[in-house]
Amino acid sequence: MRHIISLLMENEAGALSRVAGLFSARGYNIESLTVAPTEDPTLSRMTLVTVDSDDVVEQITKQLNKLIEVVKVVDLSEGVHIERELMLVKVRAVDKGRDEIKRLVDIFRGHIIDVTDKSYTIELTGPGSKLDAFLNTIDRSTILETVRTGASGIGRGERILKA
Amino acid sequence: MDTDLTGAEITIRCLQEEGVDYIFGYPGGAVLFIYDELFKQDKVKHVLVRHEQAAVHAADGYARSSNKVGVALVTSGPGVTNAITGIATAYMDSIPMVIISGQVPTHAIGLDAFQEVDAIGITRPCVKHNFLVKDIAELATTLKKAFYIASTGRPGPVLVDIPKDVSQQKVPFSYPESVSLRSYHPVTKGHSGQIKKAAQLILEGKRPMVYAGGGVILSDAAPQLTELVRMLGFPCTNTLMGLGGFPATDKHSVGMLGMHGTYEANMAMQHCDVLIAIGARFDDRVIGNPKHFFNEDRKIIHIDIDPSSISKRVKVDVPIVGGVSDVLVELIKQLKARKTKPDQVSLKAWWKQIDLWRARDCLKYDRASTIIKPQMVVEKLYQVTKGDAFITSDVGQHQMWAAQFYKFDKPRRWINSGGLGTMGFGLPAAMGVQFANPRGAVACITGEASIQMCIQELSTCKQYGLPLKIINLNNRYMGMVRQWQEFFHGNRYAESYMNALPNFVKLAESYGHVGMKIEQPGDIEGALKEAFKLKDRLVFMDFITDQTENVFPMIPGGKGLSEMILV
Repeated sequence: MRHIISLLMENEAGALSRVAGLFSARGYNIESLTVAPTEDPTLSRMTLVTVDSDDVVEQITKQLNKLIEVVKVVDLSEGVHIERELMLVKVRAVDKGRDEIKRLVDIFRGHIIDVTDKSYTIELTGPGSKLDAFLNTIDRSTILETVRTGASGIGRGERILKA
Repeated sequence: MDTDLTGAEITIRCLQEEGVDYIFGYPGGAVLFIYDELFKQDKVKHVLVRHEQAAVHAADGYARSSNKVGVALVTSGPGVTNAITGIATAYMDSIPMVIISGQVPTHAIGLDAFQEVDAIGITRPCVKHNFLVKDIAELATTLKKAFYIASTGRPGPVLVDIPKDVSQQKVPFSYPESVSLRSYHPVTKGHSGQIKKAAQLILEGKRPMVYAGGGVILSDAAPQLTELVRMLGFPCTNTLMGLGGFPATDKHSVGMLGMHGTYEANMAMQHCDVLIAIGARFDDRVIGNPKHFFNEDRKIIHIDIDPSSISKRVKVDVPIVGGVSDVLVELIKQLKARKTKPDQVSLKAWWKQIDLWRARDCLKYDRASTIIKPQMVVEKLYQVTKGDAFITSDVGQHQMWAAQFYKFDKPRRWINSGGLGTMGFGLPAAMGVQFANPRGAVACITGEASIQMCIQELSTCKQYGLPLKIINLNNRYMGMVRQWQEFFHGNRYAESYMNALPNFVKLAESYGHVGMKIEQPGDIEGALKEAFKLKDRLVFMDFITDQTENVFPMIPGGKGLSEMILV
């Protein structure tokens, strides 16, 4: 099953490599990983997506908790949560295709954030499945480049992850 | 008045504040300022080894036998890489240690400087935690944290990497009384509701069993374990790491379990209906194939300080996260408060079954042999030392025979590399044990292959006058490798024959020690007695043993507990 794990850790050099090292050393897979400092600059927040059995994910959260620099770990998929991912796509946009792409971007509530006479750069946010849907809809041959951030997640309502 | 101290002075002051009496190390460029400060004081005594691996093993043996944090000091680059085997050994067995390593100056880090290695990166997978001290203002707090982390919770080695310029700079010094880390709160007390459930389950058992591991030793819980087992009248087995946690000569002891455990311990483990696992982790050398383990139905209580050890290889019914010692105190209290007792009729029947298994006499060997049987050497060593020596071992057949035939009644007497299985551990570990227990009899049971992996330490032993007794079970083979090749690889003894062995007697003598060669079974006891009479000399005893003796019982890899090969 796909699990989305959120963790707070000390914003220190090397903390990220401890997490990454743990996954490679114990053979856990990482589908995506995103990390940045929080409003408290001493803390970083990481969102990890992994696909594994519940037993393995239980071990993953236990092993993450054991890392000295990890302050809190929560498996967001255990409750209601929201996840978002940002994607930038550069596509070839010429002639009639320019209008068609513009319409598709509007349908997906994206933005065109850079324009040349031959290309558009599109910004799209949403759950990973929406970004996948966009890529499946657009004419693949027009895609020049894509970059995705990986999922960030947060619990709904009163579910709060704080140090 | 200038009260500022250099980083090197601060390092030594911190060690003094922590009550460190011995550190084990080897100097080099990046730690010269620290060595200079060591030189100027005499509270912290430094033991100079001959290889950094030995420094860490010695600190490890010191820690295992004393329950104090072991400390090693190594230089940057090759100093650190040589120390890795020692660090990984301590990590696998959860030994509290602080390793201080020198590092190239901060401005040179990352520039491929001379003797530079990424110590933090290279040790990350085999330490509980590590620190690179880039700012001298954080040195004292970091060292305090290192000792705190190493010795609390599930213990483990912590590395502190100190760049040369940091050891040279100056700041005002004050040693923090305590540290708190918002991200590290090791538990000690177990959940009382869970302990209550455990007590209930224990009293319902018809075929109960106590399975105790190294956690009992690490948390100094041998008295509590002994009280619990005797109070309940249950059989108790110990893992390789847990030997001495429960007296081996007690009638409730069924000996060690696992790959080379006793028939009765493995059979009882397989067929019990309530299992109380205490500070043990169901590893592959203990329960063999987990699927086979679950062919039998049983309820499992698991007490461990590390939540990640619980339900890792084996699903358990009543997990209790907490320090073994604290949890056992509470469990005993709760059991005593209850009116009910374990069902004596079924317990009696269970013991009858266990005694039948015992009668199989799984550790028997040919006592009339005219060639020395290695088992006999360990048995005689046990008798001559009255079971009261500190025994270290290397890794292989001799290690298993030591574990099977030396009956440990006390904790912290059996010092071996159980998790990593490090050949070369025995001799340097014995040095550390001797420093921690200057009046104790210390013997290293080893083989001609293992001993050669750290044999240079005979020189260290000479320098410090360490009166170790080295029991070399010399069968001219890497015995365990040979045994596996015999059983599983069609007798093809690929590269397991130890050719071109030194004359160990002359070798020992060349280091200024006493050497003995023993070739007749009838000479074993006399030689051992003679050796232990030499209280201030290291004696290297080269026992020429049966080349093809095997360790039995044996659970082949991938097999289950009741699928032992028996002699």
